[in-house]
Amino acid sequence: MKNCEYQQIDPRALRTPSSRTSSTLPCGRKGSQRLRRKWEVFPGKNRFYCDGRIMLARQCGVLPLTIGLIFITSVLFFTFDCPFLVDHLTVFIPVIGGVLFIFVVISLLQTSFTDPGILPRALPDEAADIEKQIDNSGSSTYRPPPRTKEILINDQVVKLKYCFTCKMFRPPRTSHCSLCDNCVERFDHHCPWVGNCVGKRNYRFFYAFIVSLSFLTSFIFGCVITHLTLRSQGGNGFIQAIQDSPASVVELVICFFSIWSILGLSGFHTYLVASNLTTNEDIKGSWSSKRGEESGNPYTYNNIFTNCCVVLCGPMPPSLIDRRGFVPPEDAPQTVTSDAELPAFMAKNDTNMCAQGTKELLESMANSTVIQSTCAPGKPKTAPVTQESLLNTVSITVSPPSKPPSNGCSGRQARRPIDVPCSQRGLKRAALHTHKPMLRLPSPLYSLSDSPLILSDAPDMGFIPLN
Amino acid sequence: MAETHSLQDLRQAAVASKVFVQRDYTSGTICKFQTKFPAELESRIDKVQFEETIQTLNNLYAEAEKLGGRSYLEGCLACLTAYTIFLCMETHYEKVLKKIAKFIQEQNEKIYAPLGLLLTDPIERGLRVVEITIFEDRSIGSR
Repeated sequence: MKNCEYQQIDPRALRTPSSRTSSTLPCGRKGSQRLRRKWEVFPGKNRFYCDGRIMLARQCGVLPLTIGLIFITSVLFFTFDCPFLVDHLTVFIPVIGGVLFIFVVISLLQTSFTDPGILPRALPDEAADIEKQIDNSGSSTYRPPPRTKEILINDQVVKLKYCFTCKMFRPPRTSHCSLCDNCVERFDHHCPWVGNCVGKRNYRFFYAFIVSLSFLTSFIFGCVITHLTLRSQGGNGFIQAIQDSPASVVELVICFFSIWSILGLSGFHTYLVASNLTTNEDIKGSWSSKRGEESGNPYTYNNIFTNCCVVLCGPMPPSLIDRRGFVPPEDAPQTVTSDAELPAFMAKNDTNMCAQGTKELLESMANSTVIQSTCAPGKPKTAPVTQESLLNTVSITVSPPSKPPSNGCSGRQARRPIDVPCSQRGLKRAALHTHKPMLRLPSPLYSLSDSPLILSDAPDMGFIPLN
Repeated sequence: MAETHSLQDLRQAAVASKVFVQRDYTSGTICKFQTKFPAELESRIDKVQFEETIQTLNNLYAEAEKLGGRSYLEGCLACLTAYTIFLCMETHYEKVLKKIAKFIQEQNEKIYAPLGLLLTDPIERGLRVVEITIFEDRSIGSR
């Protein structure tokens, strides 16, 4: 279960991976242990190359195919069509083709290798604070607290959803990509052709890529047609022309089939850019006029030119995940390591859970809820409320966050926090249903087998509803 | 009873709690933080001072994200060079972020550290929150 994996918390996890301050000196600990960069402990499903400079989604999809198709078509074009066209037409043909080709490749690589606007996951303290706020505003019964927050943007009500994986309320226009397991700002879509999400930071590259690719495809298509026409006019007919230059047919086929989709996509995205919408919003109909007169895109500037400028030429936001920063060493003084900082509900049960040497995440989750529940009465402060609500939300998170928490598990669990066997079964059943998230766990699995403390591999594992 | 600490002293102090100032989305997706004064800081710092700090931060972020001739020029230039210019040039946003980091350090040294508080640069929290760490004030206890 997605939420249960974050139940285990480690005092070290509270250490914030904040290494931008000048006091975090990597050289301080080099002698004893190698300092790791943040990309090495990144919790999302991304791949990093060149020591964190380049990143890709873990499932890079058909990116090799995209690159292959572009290269093959272009190379065939330059090798077989350009000589003929240079002789018969003008030397600018390969020049224009070359410029377009370079532009396409560069924008493709930038779309694929740039951080799309990933939001780093909330650290345990932050997550605990948000949870406390939710509890305080929620009801005192055992009904699961609401996981959406409504805000006003430009006099329009917008709902912010709580992301169970990242432990925070998603900013507006942010969506969680299940393939990459990250929340991405201004999430457009996850593009398998480029092998990455398209979000705030790389949308302009993506748009440049598809527009230039449509130009390139149309250009090559046009040139090949011209080539074959000229050849058949000058020679012995069309069939002979094709036999003389078979590569052109290959290019023709590739271009013909790509043109429809690429041109269509470019047109669609031009519309999105002009109205300052994302694919996600358009598909969901978030601002569709069918919903009522009040709905309208609150982010639009109501001017096509302004919208285009803002989306494509606006300031380039920085990457928030700081891939190449160093993870602070475990006992660095400026990180929050004091025991006093540990929330009360975290203390010993945590080590109990870890010390069990859980082999299976499912068992550990079940055990942890047992321990949590049994300790519930003894703990002071807001901890019981927090845990209980989290116990509830554990079952809620079984289903995708967008669905209302109305499954049987949550219903049963809503009765009592001490209803341990029930919640345990509920969790187990829930976990079985959502086996996929469990399989995706990288570091938590490692961390559970370590005792007594979880490694800082998962520094932002969230907090446990413990007591 | 001036609890004068320096930033160095704070490193050895125990953390009592943390306060998180969340983002304010009423103006859209621009980076802006709520200026509401958290209750936990009432005994520690002046409300006006705190609000001034947050407001200055908000202004700095607004400057970074400002849409104007300069940002459009930067964007167009970047587009023409197939965005390779980002590899060599520091963007306007990054320059302002450095300014913000300096501002926060200054505020910490001059105002917050002497009161036993520490501001964390929001960029280290993914621009989600302004984290204020409240340190235990041992000097009070010793009196």
